[in-house]
Amino acid sequence: MDTSAASKTVSKIYAVPSDLPLDSGQVLSAAHIAYETYGELAADKSNAILICHALTGDQFVASDHPITGKPGWWERMVGPGRQIDTDRYFVICANVIGSCMGSTGPASIAADGAPYAMRFPVITIRDMVRGLIALLDGMEIDQLHAVVGGSMGGMQALSLAANWPDRAARVLILASTARHSAQNIAFHEVGRQAIMADPAWAGGNYYASGASPDNGLAVARMAAHITYLSEEGLTEKFGRRLQDRDTKSFGFDADFQVESYLRYQGSGFTQRFDANSYLYITRAMDYFDLAEEHGGKLANAFEGTSARFCLVSFDTDWLYPTSESRHIVHALNAAGAKVSFVELSAPNGHDSFLLPHEQLDRVVQGFVQ
Amino acid sequence: MNLRPDLAAIAAHVRPNSRVLDIGCGDGALMAELEANSGVDARGMELDAALVERSVSRGLSVVQGDANTDLANYPDKAFDYAILSQTLQTATRPDLILDELLRVGEKAFVSFPNFAHWRTRAALMFGGRMPVTRALPVSWYETTNIHHVTIDDFRELAKLKGAKIESAWFFANEKQIGAPASNWRAEFAVFQLSR
Repeated sequence: MDTSAASKTVSKIYAVPSDLPLDSGQVLSAAHIAYETYGELAADKSNAILICHALTGDQFVASDHPITGKPGWWERMVGPGRQIDTDRYFVICANVIGSCMGSTGPASIAADGAPYAMRFPVITIRDMVRGLIALLDGMEIDQLHAVVGGSMGGMQALSLAANWPDRAARVLILASTARHSAQNIAFHEVGRQAIMADPAWAGGNYYASGASPDNGLAVARMAAHITYLSEEGLTEKFGRRLQDRDTKSFGFDADFQVESYLRYQGSGFTQRFDANSYLYITRAMDYFDLAEEHGGKLANAFEGTSARFCLVSFDTDWLYPTSESRHIVHALNAAGAKVSFVELSAPNGHDSFLLPHEQLDRVVQGFVQ
Repeated sequence: MNLRPDLAAIAAHVRPNSRVLDIGCGDGALMAELEANSGVDARGMELDAALVERSVSRGLSVVQGDANTDLANYPDKAFDYAILSQTLQTATRPDLILDELLRVGEKAFVSFPNFAHWRTRAALMFGGRMPVTRALPVSWYETTNIHHVTIDDFRELAKLKGAKIESAWFFANEKQIGAPASNWRAEFAVFQLSR
């Protein structure tokens, strides 16, 4: 029985009518894309905004998560009267292929009746976007009013703008990059090795065993979570304060508040995410290099584009620092594209794009309108 | 419209439907005016993040960047006009910026406060102190102006750079004045250049 997160998800599901060709040369047959929509699509289909989610995000951008019961991951930004106003815009958010919230991924059942597990083809960011484009085709939406994405979502938005330049009039990229750096890849590799070192991973074939590599996945999440924060934010939030005790235990319990916090983040994550999906999606991000896809020159990726771009970085984001956004802005300038860019000040590192920020709100609202 | 006089002079002389790069665009007042009334495709560059945010939130295409280094990222003749208003005197190397303006733009507009204005001269001559005037309102130790320039100096620089001065406008008391004796009469000057 399929006990993965996917089976518990209630979402709209789009069955992609034809095979999805993948960058690896393989194809993904009978793919499903799980998605949520908010607001009403205008008769001329001119008001659609596609929001692309980050690594461990999902389609529940502005509605409660079916597993955790928590509010949507960007509910503060998306909704009636919000910066991305669902009274005016038809907002689409889909679970990417390779993930585990209803879209076809390694936990899904393959044609032979067993989960794909590691038989799932390795996918790329562009493959994820192929899935999203297939969904837009299914909805007969020729051109998006805007495509919006932060972090990995920003990579998808960039890939969409570069490879399907007529499909979005506006492209909003938050805290993202056009390529994964060696440091980015290194952190992801730590996470993947933690998962694969967990005996319960069992070569990826854990779905029928009743066990799953939760310990490895939790460690992967803990390592990644550190990269989403800033030293300043961590120090402000936890310092060296002890957790529920007055003195050090001289043992390996979670003495420090920051340890307890990371353990909580790690364990909570295993309830809603599939370990194999984590492997596949981090791989897709590591392979991402938009310039490489376009003859080694990033400006080529945007040649002749008529879309308007806006990029936002945060001064404490060391995962995708401002220099990565500037690199994209320079390429867009060289291509003659209409581009805006601002580095915002925020204490919370990479995660800042998900957190309350008045200047970010004004930029998003102003650009999307 | 309620533009600063130097910006109004520039706005009045930008050809409709042209491509403009406004360097040091501030809150985007000139860009907004050009886009709204002249069908201009306007892009901006501004160092101050808060001003960039205001421009972006009003729907303008503005990039946070430093004119001293970031102009190099724009291709040759990418714009019909490159505009540098009240920024020349804050540049690390005004001469190199002028080169870049005439590289990325077919034409350039440059406006700056004239350090040879009689008030400035008087402040130095009679007060013996660095002038704090209407045109130069900030004390020497906190001003962003690092290269004070006069109208005659600028003409000399343009000549040195092989730039042709197509037009010039001069202002005192927020009003346009004639060219005669502008080097001591004008508080601000605007030049239109080409190469």
